[in-house]
Amino acid sequence: MTAVIEVSNLTKQYRDKLALDHVSLSIEPGKIYGLLGRNGAGKTTLMSILTAQNFASSGSVRVFGEEPYENARVLSRVCFVRESQKYPDDATPEHAFRAARLFFPNWSQELADRLVAEFQLPVKRRIKKLSRGQLSAVGVIIGLAARAEITFFDEPYLGLDAVARQIFYDRLIEDYAEQPRTIILSSHLIDEVANLIERVIVIDDGRIILDEETDAVRDRAVTVVGDAAKVDAWAAGHEVLHRETLGRVASVTTLGVLSAAERAEVEAQGLDLAPVSLQQLIVRLTQKAAGTRGTDDAVLAPSTEEVR
Amino acid sequence: MIDEGRALFLQIAEAIEESILDGSLAEEAQAPSTNELAAFYRINPATAAKGVAMLTEKGVLHKRRGVGMFVSAGARDLLLGERRAAFAERFLDPLLAEARMIGLGPDDLATLLRERAAGAPTEGNPA
Repeated sequence: MTAVIEVSNLTKQYRDKLALDHVSLSIEPGKIYGLLGRNGAGKTTLMSILTAQNFASSGSVRVFGEEPYENARVLSRVCFVRESQKYPDDATPEHAFRAARLFFPNWSQELADRLVAEFQLPVKRRIKKLSRGQLSAVGVIIGLAARAEITFFDEPYLGLDAVARQIFYDRLIEDYAEQPRTIILSSHLIDEVANLIERVIVIDDGRIILDEETDAVRDRAVTVVGDAAKVDAWAAGHEVLHRETLGRVASVTTLGVLSAAERAEVEAQGLDLAPVSLQQLIVRLTQKAAGTRGTDDAVLAPSTEEVR
Repeated sequence: MIDEGRALFLQIAEAIEESILDGSLAEEAQAPSTNELAAFYRINPATAAKGVAMLTEKGVLHKRRGVGMFVSAGARDLLLGERRAAFAERFLDPLLAEARMIGLGPDDLATLLRERAAGAPTEGNPA
């Protein structure tokens, strides 16, 4: 499949901070991606450059095979919902939706109207007067109803309560099923989005530390719990992401898929195996990356062979 | 319903298998569509499709062009065979391991099993 986004060796240097450090990745059409990472890891910088709202220091970016800068052919097919989207002072949600409708060729007014009702958004109130959650709802509605070929959601849920977030996730899945397109969802709430994303990209301190199918990541790590001496003996042959102890019991999280035989061996020793959620894995990976920073090895090289 | 740390598509496939095993999804009946599964379990449709594809490969489901996915004839027997083959490893091995640890032998287990099955509460039940 031809990638819709190709990034190669992208670097962004702010005055005293390297925000993106030789980032290379490719985004395939028709998939939902999770772009995950800590605050300040470089997620927003990356998305801003991809949508021509920021400049790269070096490296190349291709969106639909073209340079995105001042390129209307590209930009009308891309929607970027920013966490801190600015609107004109006297604009109302109604104005914002009308503008979006003109800009995005696939705009669905029906979907927009339905979402307005579900989020109970006062469309005639000035955006300046909206609550944080209502402001987020405006962005979410534009992002979904635009039905752009590539949609970026950058932490789209600030101020949205659990019910409103669930509406967002449900409509996202539903509308994506009907109109498959590329969606890049940046989020802190990893557990909430883990089941929605087909591929996960983790960025840490300006570098990609994980770029894999979400399903493949799920059994990527395992936690072994039990007698400390036995656990440590077992862990000696594995890459340890995290270790903690409580008295004589140790809990060690290691990287690598266990075969059935290895699982049986662990269990035969009276040790317990616990799965590691995507959120736990990412927390451990970023902690480990922070611990080894300064050396040049990435914790996990982005896998290229799994790209279909 | 969904547990962390296991491939989601396997869990989706198992959920469909269980509906077939308990009879709520009959042979020759229409199986839920990928999009229905995605909406119900709140998962990515591609993941749901992967689970369905696995069952198709196994001969549990088949596609009727333009209509949707259906449960194949003989699917239930196929699944019963599979589950029975895996039963000892999946359920008996952990049971025996726990029993060994708390000092129950196979005979004790057999007695307990018969009593539980008969619905008779046991005295000093080592719960």
